[in-house]
Amino acid sequence: MNKENTIPALDIDQQTPNEQTIEEIVASLGDTVGEARVENPKMSVSGVDVFYAEKQAIFGVDLDIANNEVISMIGPSGCGKSTLLRCLNRMNDTIPICRVTGEIMLDGEGIYSKDTDPVLLRARVGMVFQKPNPFPKSIYENVAYGPRLHGLNRNKADLDDIVVNSLRKAGIYDEVKNRLDDAGTSLSGGQQQRLCIARTIACSPEVILMDEPCSALDPIATAKIEELIDELRENYAIAIVTHSMQQAARVSQRTAYFHLGKLVEVGDTDTIFTNPKHELTEKYITGRFG
Amino acid sequence: MTEQTRQTQVQAMSDTTIRVRQSLKKRYAREKRFRLFGMIAIIASLTFLAVLIISITIRGLPAFKQTFINLDVTLDAQTLGVDETADENALRRANYNGAIRNSLLELFPDVSSRKEKRALYSFVSKGGQYDLQAQVMADPALIGQTVNVWLPVGDDTSGYLRGHIDTTLPEKKRRFKDNQIAWVEELRSNGQIETRFNSTFFSRGDSREPELAGIKGSLFGSLLTLLVTLTLSFPIAVATAIYLEEFAPKNRWTDIIEVNINNLAAVPSIVFGLLGLAIFINFFQLPRSAPIVGGLVLSLMTLPTIIISARAALKSVPPSIRDAALGLGASRLQVVFHHVLPLAMPGILTGTIIGMAQALGETAPLLMIGMVAFIVDVPTTLTDPATVLPVQIFQWADLPEKGFVEKTSAAIMVLLGFLILMNATAVFLRRKFERKW
Repeated sequence: MNKENTIPALDIDQQTPNEQTIEEIVASLGDTVGEARVENPKMSVSGVDVFYAEKQAIFGVDLDIANNEVISMIGPSGCGKSTLLRCLNRMNDTIPICRVTGEIMLDGEGIYSKDTDPVLLRARVGMVFQKPNPFPKSIYENVAYGPRLHGLNRNKADLDDIVVNSLRKAGIYDEVKNRLDDAGTSLSGGQQQRLCIARTIACSPEVILMDEPCSALDPIATAKIEELIDELRENYAIAIVTHSMQQAARVSQRTAYFHLGKLVEVGDTDTIFTNPKHELTEKYITGRFG
Repeated sequence: MTEQTRQTQVQAMSDTTIRVRQSLKKRYAREKRFRLFGMIAIIASLTFLAVLIISITIRGLPAFKQTFINLDVTLDAQTLGVDETADENALRRANYNGAIRNSLLELFPDVSSRKEKRALYSFVSKGGQYDLQAQVMADPALIGQTVNVWLPVGDDTSGYLRGHIDTTLPEKKRRFKDNQIAWVEELRSNGQIETRFNSTFFSRGDSREPELAGIKGSLFGSLLTLLVTLTLSFPIAVATAIYLEEFAPKNRWTDIIEVNINNLAAVPSIVFGLLGLAIFINFFQLPRSAPIVGGLVLSLMTLPTIIISARAALKSVPPSIRDAALGLGASRLQVVFHHVLPLAMPGILTGTIIGMAQALGETAPLLMIGMVAFIVDVPTTLTDPATVLPVQIFQWADLPEKGFVEKTSAAIMVLLGFLILMNATAVFLRRKFERKW
């Protein structure tokens, strides 16, 4: 699971049968099944290929992310779902060997175009990571960092409001209101992850990307985060990568199934889970491989 | 599962048990041996350290004490060659030695021959006159009066009083003669000889007389040199480390740079001295023996050390922190200065202090740039001629007088004290600012 975050290409290797190259397998998967496009998309991915050095990790993906909706991306390890997610706010820029072709639009503007500043993009498209990663600073400072960075507050009272509101929206305010000066790292794992969500919300992003946000958490903390994702849907477009099919079924409205870097099937979550059209999707969700 | 398969399984298990049991004994014996060797190694190194420290302390401790002789010195205008109306220059040049000698002769009126007189005069250090000079210059009205002063004793007398001179040897073979012993014993029984804390050691520069030599000059030289080293190497090294670690693309050029930095850290320090001599002194015409050149050379030497430790510290900051800040829309510079650098700071400071401690103990490169001269004055600016503590130790270790042997050890004690202090600060900083995530 951890490997996937670094270089998925490694995992692809292991799954490749000897007689076929990845390219041949991907070609044999055929076109994406289901409707990749929605009306009025917030973000729109068209024909995106991603390479790590010479190895191709994602093959011609088309996918829309809609407002007020949670889209979950599922698939076996190394299928490129985290890679695609990290393309959506250009976090892949930090990996020197990573190359992205194709087009990703946010509100109709290409995020990989020369005019787009990755710093501004990341303020608009926030991200929550697999492992809770609060800064080793106070809870208050953790949340206040983003707004302060972007100058979103006019004065101290403003900042206090933003911090309290963000913590409230992330459903953690009642638990930490008396110890905002404690270190963010002193919280439990689930609380840390909600703190990270509060930190992301504080920048008032338009899209929130979540990369397996519950994989390091226990079931109770997971339930709280899932509840929170459902509430956040009212205000944000959310894309979530998950390894838990139950979680995908619980929180998302649309689901995209990836295999070996190819988007195999996408559609309403209900349809995908009750009536998958592609053979691989069916095999995966019935637990026959993955 | 059938009965047969179960039986084979049980059989296999007991086989395993027997084999593991057999090998266990060997494994434990091996572990025991390894621990024993470890203990022996630690005990051996601790013993060496203890022997070093104890021998230096035993030899150096007497240097922190100094013996004084009590005299009634008559400051008559005739002996001094000046009166109270004389100007400052004349007062400085007055014959204080003569006054001291007269007072010694008064104590022992029987002494008449030249040889005996010289033996008697050696009781008081040549530095005694400077003490007297300072008193008179502060208050010229003392001329014509008799003052009661404690003056430092000469090196041989001091050696005798500390028991360094073997009185069982025949008189001809020792530097301290029988008549001198008799006089000193008389003075001692009169309470005119006293041993006190040696403040001279900390308040004066170098001297040819061991009882007058102090470490203040070399200590200040060391401080000034380290000041230059720190102000130059710390910012340059940290900036280099940040650039290489956080911004530079990973390609052949950065690989070459990295290899070269690692190589520089292993270059013998005297080579840096030669470099400093060629570039800073010959080419840039900077003054010789000056702390500024010493500092420049030592910063060249400490740069790789600090760069390497700073890079290690930056590398140890978890990437998740960088991701978090980047994901919030911080620029790469902001990520570094808001998050990565503060987290890496304890490690960087530890590396810096260790580099500084290394620079403090460095001798060879400074010999090349002339910081090995005999310098009496305490340096106050970066271009004053100066020497540093380890070079001072090196110089004193060459001198034969008993007093300098003690001083050498005492200066080593002071140097070790500073090194321990610096390393303790490094440990303290690491403990205090260490953060967990």
